[in-house]
Amino acid sequence: MNKKWLFSGLLLSVILFLGGCEPVTVLDPKGPQAALLKDVIMISIWTMLFVVVVVFVLLIYILVKYRSTKTASDYRPPIIKGNIWVEITTIGIPVLIIVFLSFVSVQSTYQAESVPEGFKDQEPMVIYASSSNWKWHFSYPEQDIETLNYLYIPTDRPIEFRLYSFDAISSFWIPQLGGQKYAMTGMLTKLNLAATEEAEMWGRNSNFSGEGFAEQTFNVNAVSQGEFNEWVEEVQETAEPIDEETFDELLEPGHLGQKTFTGTHLEFDPAPEEHGDHGDMNKEEMNEEDMEHSEH
Amino acid sequence: MEFFKQFAVPNPTPTIYLSMVAIGLTLIAVLAGITYFKKWGYLWREWLTTVDHKRIGIMYLISALLMLFRGGVDALMMRAQTSRPGNELLSAAEYNEIFTTHGVVMIFFMAMAFITALMNFAVPLQIGARDVAYPRLNALSFWLYFMGAMLFNISFVIGGSPSSGWTSYFPLAGNQLSEHVGTNYYMIALQIAGLGTLITGINFIVTIFKMRAKGMTLMKMPLFTWSALITNLLIVFAFPVLTVALAMGTMDRLFGTHFFTIDNGGMAMLWANFFWVWGHPEVYILVLPAFGIYSEVISTFSKRNLYGYTSMVVAIVVISTLAFLVWVHHFFTMGQGAFVNSIFSITTMAIAIPTGIKIFNWLFTMWKGKIQFTVPMLYSIGFIPIFTIGGVTGVMLGIASADYQYHNTMFLVAHFHLVIIPGVVFAMIAGMTYWWPKMFGFMLNERIGRWAFWNIAIGTCLAFFPMFIAGLDGQARRMYTYSEVAGFGVWNLLSFFGGLGLAMGFILIVYNVYYSARYASRDIGDDPWDARTLEWATRTPVPEYNFAVEPEVNTREPFWDSKYEGEKLFKEKITDIHMPNNSGQPFIMSSFFFVLGFGLVFSLWLLVYIAAAGIAVLLFYRSFEKDDGRHIHEEDVRETEREMGGDTR
Repeated sequence: MNKKWLFSGLLLSVILFLGGCEPVTVLDPKGPQAALLKDVIMISIWTMLFVVVVVFVLLIYILVKYRSTKTASDYRPPIIKGNIWVEITTIGIPVLIIVFLSFVSVQSTYQAESVPEGFKDQEPMVIYASSSNWKWHFSYPEQDIETLNYLYIPTDRPIEFRLYSFDAISSFWIPQLGGQKYAMTGMLTKLNLAATEEAEMWGRNSNFSGEGFAEQTFNVNAVSQGEFNEWVEEVQETAEPIDEETFDELLEPGHLGQKTFTGTHLEFDPAPEEHGDHGDMNKEEMNEEDMEHSEH
Repeated sequence: MEFFKQFAVPNPTPTIYLSMVAIGLTLIAVLAGITYFKKWGYLWREWLTTVDHKRIGIMYLISALLMLFRGGVDALMMRAQTSRPGNELLSAAEYNEIFTTHGVVMIFFMAMAFITALMNFAVPLQIGARDVAYPRLNALSFWLYFMGAMLFNISFVIGGSPSSGWTSYFPLAGNQLSEHVGTNYYMIALQIAGLGTLITGINFIVTIFKMRAKGMTLMKMPLFTWSALITNLLIVFAFPVLTVALAMGTMDRLFGTHFFTIDNGGMAMLWANFFWVWGHPEVYILVLPAFGIYSEVISTFSKRNLYGYTSMVVAIVVISTLAFLVWVHHFFTMGQGAFVNSIFSITTMAIAIPTGIKIFNWLFTMWKGKIQFTVPMLYSIGFIPIFTIGGVTGVMLGIASADYQYHNTMFLVAHFHLVIIPGVVFAMIAGMTYWWPKMFGFMLNERIGRWAFWNIAIGTCLAFFPMFIAGLDGQARRMYTYSEVAGFGVWNLLSFFGGLGLAMGFILIVYNVYYSARYASRDIGDDPWDARTLEWATRTPVPEYNFAVEPEVNTREPFWDSKYEGEKLFKEKITDIHMPNNSGQPFIMSSFFFVLGFGLVFSLWLLVYIAAAGIAVLLFYRSFEKDDGRHIHEEDVRETEREMGGDTR
């Protein structure tokens, strides 16, 4: 059964690839959230590799041993209904594996959703990231500036991205900083990220949003706090202010490259309110209605 | 002229014009051929009006294979476009239409039709029945599916195909962001085909509950019948959700409601939830019959009883329950928070447990067996390792936090293809090859079949394994192109070669049908595989009444035990057999549905009213029609049985 060896070989090369040489983007983290997810991914790969190996070994063994050409021509296979111990094993071990992975999943999901470990004592910097076909608008309310299709962020500071969309559902993703989250209309979602290394990275919308989707990308520059401050100062000195008219033009479907403005569009076109993530349904519904009225 | 403008496609290209010409010519050739060979009468009497579950099964099979090629060509075009960075074979608009149709055609019109084909053919035979419970409804199911599929397929040349993905997420699919009629086709064609599926679901539940042979208790049913029962229960519970979602989507698009729109209180997330509340059970609707087929095939060609029958049944039932409790994992990234995601993460991973039990039971069925490497068995064996890889990556995707990195990437694409191809397509080819002699009276060539298998198996691995790496490297799905610096090129090129392997395999299958039809022996007896269940206890090919005498059953493998343990299956004498009459109504009514659908797509209200009136008249007529069926007389049955060689009891 050379096919089985082919599978194992392919799998092995995948594993070697993941573990070795030049790491792929998701496994090359530049911040604590991406590093966390990398660990989770590697734990799950090794656990699942165990399952794969067990199944492959059993399959190859059975195929080699019980092929009809190897058995006597008058051999009549026995009737075997089942065996309680075998079934306890084939249920028990998978249950243990799933329990283990459930712990990993729940714990890491709570971690991935909150401010990264080690940054909890710092006030996060807020950046609004809103998508419109097929661009990303980044508003820095604290610094009072706005960029199109590129981000500057300071390292070693937690950043709270507040995401929403002007049209199609988009997904905000900077794989080297952490996982993605949807940006949608009429609702605000939050994503906590942080960079610990100075690096240039890419980010994109990963959720299909129509014709210009493939090019809906942006650049991310993680720089030191000092450098970041310099950049902010430079923008405030050189960039044009954003106004409603300019912004409406930006919202037209298309690609525009990178742009920089002072002020943010939030002043004349505020972001939707956050969707309460636990509990009070009535309050949520009211919020939604408020949002819809206020937005349009 | 103004009137005809609406039928133009939004992004016309030479490919589309060529397809128009090709479709036109094929249509003319087929019609002319039928006329020339004077086959209209035959076609009408034997096929268009048939209510025989075997013929309906065969028509489903042919349609499924046609759709497999339609969807397969789409897939090849996508792989060709992305095989090189910055390729300009297709524009973004074309690529979007193609991946959307690929998904819709493969899931709704290929996979669904394929499982329905095999359920139609095999389930009544496996339970020793003469037909399904509602034969005429069964014909209606098929024709509704067929008309839905045709309506969807003409979108390519009339008005434009949908281009917002097979999931058709709003608001992208809404009027504001998708102006052309493509999404109308999606909503309405799926509604019509879905109606057919829902009717099939009801029909088979009743058939399996009420029409089993004497002595066949639920726990003596063959595993394929068990899986068909649970699948149809899933259909009846899940499809109404799709029906409602599609109706709401249709109203948004045609009548200006605001269920899923950007403004005026629309909520796009509601569509995503509805879609996946149906969509996840749908995965199991497809894969459970496949599991049933593997159970039959592995047991037959290991010459052993199925290991752990009871745990297999329990596993199917548990899977079908969990199927409704995991839909949120399709959008962990929607921002519902860690608590909700944790719950759905655990339910998702829990599905691995019953699925694992099934894998081990298949392995233990082969243990101490006498394994014959026939073509159906090759697919079943190939399924185990590939599906295991697809399955364990599914567990990885089920970890909510990690999914934030896999979501919307090629990693996900690799996962679900490595589940659906071995889990559904392999099973369907295995089942088709396995039951082929019962359908047509000859066997498919084993040597060509093996070649096809190796092409398909290796092609699958080569096409989809590289996508795991491309996904982890950050390649989002549904991108029509990428830049050279992205570094995805090599993985996509490998995928393209894999796609060619798959194409080669499917071409070999078609060649095999031609070759075997021409050269294969017709003298194969009633039981060419030395099988175990009731469908092999009757003649080959199966006469219209299925069983001259209704079988009686005492064991789980009645036919095997009648061959080797001296059980007696047929105890009674041949008597007159009551059969349902043929009817043209299902075909005519479904044709009205086609017209209705077309009218709705383009808002041609006159057409809509006429077709709706036609449907109403037919429903009314049917309600008052008296049709008691007909009898095949005892002598005719004896005559047929004698001709097919063998004792007449």
